[in-house]
Amino acid sequence: MKKSSSILVLAEVREGRIHPVTYEMLAWGRKLAAQLQVSLDCAVLGAEAEEINELILRGADRVVSVSPGLVPEFLATPLASLLVQTIKEIGPAVVIAPATTYGRTLMPIAAARLATGLTADCTELGLDGKDNLLLQTRPAIGGNVMATIKTPFTRPQMATVRPRSIKPLPREEGRQGEIISKQYAVAPELWPEKFLSFTRDQSSDISLEDAEIVVAGGKGMRNKENFNLLEELAGLLGAGLGATRVAVEAGWAPFSRQIGLTGKTVAPKVYLGAGVAGKIQHLAGMITSDYIIAVNDDPSAPIFKVADLGIIGDAPTIVNKLTRALKEIQPAKGRKQSDGGM
Amino acid sequence: MNIIVLVKQVPGTTNVRMDPRTGVMVRDPSDTVLNPLDEHAIAEAVRIKESSPGSTVTALSMGPPSALKILREACARGVDNGLLLSHRAFGGSDTIATARVLAAAVRKLGAFDLILAGEKATDGETGQTGPMTATMLDVPVVTFVRRLTVKDYNTVNVQRLVEDGVEEIEVKLPALVTVVREINDPPLPTLRKTILAKKIDFPVWGVEDLGVKDTDIGLKGSPTRVARVFSPKFARNTTFYRTDSEAGAADAVSAVLEALRSRDLISKGE
Repeated sequence: MKKSSSILVLAEVREGRIHPVTYEMLAWGRKLAAQLQVSLDCAVLGAEAEEINELILRGADRVVSVSPGLVPEFLATPLASLLVQTIKEIGPAVVIAPATTYGRTLMPIAAARLATGLTADCTELGLDGKDNLLLQTRPAIGGNVMATIKTPFTRPQMATVRPRSIKPLPREEGRQGEIISKQYAVAPELWPEKFLSFTRDQSSDISLEDAEIVVAGGKGMRNKENFNLLEELAGLLGAGLGATRVAVEAGWAPFSRQIGLTGKTVAPKVYLGAGVAGKIQHLAGMITSDYIIAVNDDPSAPIFKVADLGIIGDAPTIVNKLTRALKEIQPAKGRKQSDGGM
Repeated sequence: MNIIVLVKQVPGTTNVRMDPRTGVMVRDPSDTVLNPLDEHAIAEAVRIKESSPGSTVTALSMGPPSALKILREACARGVDNGLLLSHRAFGGSDTIATARVLAAAVRKLGAFDLILAGEKATDGETGQTGPMTATMLDVPVVTFVRRLTVKDYNTVNVQRLVEDGVEEIEVKLPALVTVVREINDPPLPTLRKTILAKKIDFPVWGVEDLGVKDTDIGLKGSPTRVARVFSPKFARNTTFYRTDSEAGAADAVSAVLEALRSRDLISKGE
C-alpha cells in the first residue's frame, strides 16, 4: 500500500458482523473524499466479517481487512495496536470512527500513540475551503454551544462521530472497489486483557438514544400513575421513554431514562415533552431534536421557547387523549422497526 | 493496592440559565463541582481499598488552584491523599496534552496498581483523557465499566457496558478503568472526614515538578484547536394550541398526529 491522503473509516464489527453505524461513517467519509478527490478507505480490524463487500456498495473505494480472525472480540489493546499499524502504513489524512463504545475506546488510544488530535462525538464534519483541513463540529458546554475543532499541525486528523448524525448511503449495486488483506502479527499470550463473555441485553426496550420518537415526562405528569400513561403512549408509538431529572428523582422512572446534562442526549425526529418545564439541564439533552412538541399548563414554561408545537394544557389529560386517538388509528405497534438499533 | 483516582473540577449545573436570545448557557464561574462520574470512581476506589487491607487511594487532578476544593471533597469521600497539578502552562490543554500532564504525575508518584476515572466529564464530554493517559503510561484501559471485581493483586474482572449488552473482561494490573454511573451508589461524604479534609495541605505540582516539555502541554502542546464557537439556532416558530375547550384539545391532538404522520412515524391512517 502506498501512502495516500485518503479518508479512513474505522468499521465497527460486533460478533463478526459489520455494524450498520459503519455505513453512516462511510457516508461522512464519502462527502469528504469526494471534495478532496481522494480514496475512501475502510479498515476492518481483527474480525472476520461476512459483509465486507457491502462496505464497497456503501461507499468505500478500498477495504483493508486487517489480521482477519485474529482479534475477534472487542479488546482494546490489540485492536488499537492494529489500528495504529494500519494508520501508519496507509497514511490517511483523516480517520473517522463511530462515537460508540468501540470507537470512543480505540480512537483515543490510537491518537495518543500517534500524538495527533482527536475530536470526540462530532455531529458534523466538513472541510475548510482554504486549507482543506477537517472541520470537526461538536456540541460543547453541555450542548448549548457548538464548537468547530481543527487539527492543523499533526496527522492524521481524527474524529469520532455521533451515530445517526447522517443517513447511510443507499447500497449501490455493482459498485466496484478493492479489498485487500493485511496481516499484522498478534501475540494473544501478551495481551493484558482476556475476553470472558458477552451477555446480550434482553430487554426489548428501544434504546432511548436511537429512537425516532422520544416521549418524555416531567413534573407536570404529577405522579407515578400518570407517568405510566406515558409508557403506554411510548409503547403505542414505538417511542423511547424519557424523563426529566425531577421525574427520575421522584422515582417515576429509572436514571437510565433521564435526558439532559447528567443523563442521555437524544436527537429524535420527534420529541414530545409532557409536563416538562424545560430547565436547561433537560434542554441540553434534547435541543437538537428535529421536531419538538411540548405539553405544559404553564404558558411561560421555557420549553415553549424551543418547541415547534406548543400545547398549553394539563399534560396527563392531553397524553390520555393522544393515547386514545392513537389506539383508534393503530391498535398495535404500527411503527416499522428501525434498522440496526444500537 | 495503590490506587489513583483521576478527578476533575467542572462547572456546576445548578445555577445555569440560558440566554433566551442566543441559547447560550450562562454559568456562574464560581459555581464548580466535582465531576459527577468522578464520585463513582472515588466510591469504587474507596470500596476496593476497604476490601484490600494496606491499600491507599490518591486523588489526582489537573486544574486551577480552585480545584483544591474537589480534592478536599475526594478526601471527605474517603480518599487518603490528593495532588493538584496546576500551572499557567497547563492552561488550554486539550485531551492529549492533559493526558501527558496526568501521566507525568503518575510516573513521578511511582508504582501503582489501578487508576480509576469517570468515563467522561460533564464539561468536555469527550471520554478521551482516561484512555489517552493509560496509553501514555503504557497500561491497558477498559472503558465504560459498570462492575469491578478484584481477583488478586494482579488481575481484576470488569463488566463493560456496551450498546447491546455487557461484556466481561479480565485485565492484568496495572490498568486504568473508566467507570459509568451504574457501578455504584456513592455514599455521601462523612462529616468527620469533611472536617478533617479542610485541614489538609495538598501538594501542588507545576511544570518544573513534572519535567514536561512546554511544547507538549497547554495550548502549544495541543494538536486540536477550537476554530469557532457558535450558538445553534434554537428559536423555533412555535405553533400554539390552547386546550381549555374540548375542541381546542382535539385540534392539539390532531396536530400531534399530523406531525408524526408527515414524518412517516405512524401509519398514514384511515
